[in-house]
Amino acid sequence: MATLTYRDALNQALREEMSRDDRVFLMGEEVAEYDGAYKVSRGLLKEFGPKRVVDTPIAELGFAGIGVGAAMVGLRPVIEMMTWNFALLAIDQIVNSAAKMRYMSGGQIGVPIVFRGPGGAALQLGAQHSQAFESYYAHIPGLKVIAPATPADAKGLLKAAIRDDDPVVFIEGEMLYNQKGDVPEGEHLVPIGRADVKRAGRDVTIISHSKTVGPALKAAESLAAEGIDAEVIDLRTIRPLDTEAILGSVGKTNRCVVAEEGWAFAGVGAQVVDVIQRDAFDALDAPILRVTGADVPMPYNKHLERAAKVDAGKIHEAAKKVLYR
Amino acid sequence: MTLTAPEAAGPARDAATRALHRSYLRQMLLIRRFEEKAGEAYSLGKIGGFCHLYIGQEAVAVGVMAALDPGDHVVSAYREHGHALARGISSRAVMAELYGKATGCSGGKGGSMHLFDASVGFLGGHGIVGSHIPLAAGVAFAHKYRGDEHLAVCFFGEAAANIGAFHETLNMASLWDLPVVFIVENNGYGMGTAVSRAAAVTNLSVRGTAYDMPAEQVDGQNVLTVREAMDRAVSRARGESKPTLLEIKTYRYVGHSMSDAAHGTYRSKDEVEEYRRRDPIAILTELMRAGRYWDDEQQAALEAEVMAEVTDAIGFAEASPEPDLAVLHRDVYAPEGQ
Repeated sequence: MATLTYRDALNQALREEMSRDDRVFLMGEEVAEYDGAYKVSRGLLKEFGPKRVVDTPIAELGFAGIGVGAAMVGLRPVIEMMTWNFALLAIDQIVNSAAKMRYMSGGQIGVPIVFRGPGGAALQLGAQHSQAFESYYAHIPGLKVIAPATPADAKGLLKAAIRDDDPVVFIEGEMLYNQKGDVPEGEHLVPIGRADVKRAGRDVTIISHSKTVGPALKAAESLAAEGIDAEVIDLRTIRPLDTEAILGSVGKTNRCVVAEEGWAFAGVGAQVVDVIQRDAFDALDAPILRVTGADVPMPYNKHLERAAKVDAGKIHEAAKKVLYR
Repeated sequence: MTLTAPEAAGPARDAATRALHRSYLRQMLLIRRFEEKAGEAYSLGKIGGFCHLYIGQEAVAVGVMAALDPGDHVVSAYREHGHALARGISSRAVMAELYGKATGCSGGKGGSMHLFDASVGFLGGHGIVGSHIPLAAGVAFAHKYRGDEHLAVCFFGEAAANIGAFHETLNMASLWDLPVVFIVENNGYGMGTAVSRAAAVTNLSVRGTAYDMPAEQVDGQNVLTVREAMDRAVSRARGESKPTLLEIKTYRYVGHSMSDAAHGTYRSKDEVEEYRRRDPIAILTELMRAGRYWDDEQQAALEAEVMAEVTDAIGFAEASPEPDLAVLHRDVYAPEGQ
């Protein structure tokens, strides 16, 4: 095991996959000479040269589409979005081109591409730079959506995403880049579509992903101090959703809280709740509660921002409510 | 412009040239008759959804494709039946796709706007205006990345030249010297909006200048002129790995789609008749007749041959099975992932 930051774990994944397969290239704004806006691509230009680490103009729609075209004829592009907020300019290529190509060509043309970059709110960046888009992309058949919470998962899932034959939306946590964690040495792959039990427990299941796994674990600790044993499930992949892991945990605890950074309406948690009410209705001892970002564009003021965001305290309160305590 | 191209006065053509001209004529005639039949089938309810016919623009598809190699790739928009046929997808497979049948070139999942055939390098068939322009540049990027000397061609209408994807792509294609040819088929109207009502500069070829990209305006009713311009663009792409913008001026005799009348709202009957006098099939036939290597008998034989092919394609499409409902969930993800 090595201790790495989430950023460096992603960097390792890129470096290893580019060394392993010369069809893999990285393209995006500031990925090469600047070494990455968030330094995820640090050193890659030096190692792989400008043919495989390609700086683009600020033209998300254009270079996303160029990536899709290159993938249609067999390359394996990794397209970096400086943030997922800017990828809205490219959503036409992700949704109309990448996601549908295999289907509308009758299975002839696949698009093995990874769109990756940071999502979610950082600190006081205001409304247009503070959004969690997992549910947007998870809505679309043809896409896979990944949002890892730890350095080990970030590395193992990015490597799996690059090797996957379908388009993958890979949403990193902007606030996770500096977080450290143990990462297995050598070939480390995490399968797409599998959730992970980040903390085992008996009394209540807390389901979360990406940046919200941290507050969920913190809430589990404070609940433990009150004698409540919470289980924390990290979805890791949003689509395909690991329904087996969700149902297994809720079947055991009979109570569930779903926490996510994004907005509630048609959010990831809405899908999780749908799965549970249909397939584990009899297991439930209480209605499921959701903890989400406030239903507002993100405010700039730090007190307002804090009030809008999910935190450990809100998850703690929700867990107690589903336990009627 | 006169009906008779200047070449007609030239020396007698060699056998290879004559054969080439016959093949261009056959392809244009095939597209024309295929589209007429597709229009009929649509009216009979055999073809569903949107259906955009290519009648009047045949010389563009045929002249452009004639300059390509089998290893090149073609990316097109939604008025692409003619492009698919000229690139070599069989008339059976295209018609069956319009019928939504299992034997269609996209297995019945694509339809009129999403024709694909990887075996001939035909990468769609895209329905969002301008959205496929970066895809073609991406294909060209892959050719350059591999160093294989092949190129990508992208067809789109003049209305797509006003969308952001066009400008972003032209900039990067030029910046990175990508081997791609952008074909603006300027048929005068984006749906019902005349180019002069949509573009501040109606000579669209000058937009190449903004991106330091060689560009030409080409007469799209003369298949030989199209071929020559395309040859220049192809040698630039293959030899120097440079992009080209070709604005090919043409005209569709029919409405934007099957729900749009040929004339009466945004354009007049006189205007359509005027353009019909510069018919691409007539221009080539006239040239071949003037060169004395084409006569009524040959024309009649070719007409019969082409009609037989189109009739066969209709028969094939009619007789083909519907896709099995079991394929509904197939092809969303790669087989390993399902």
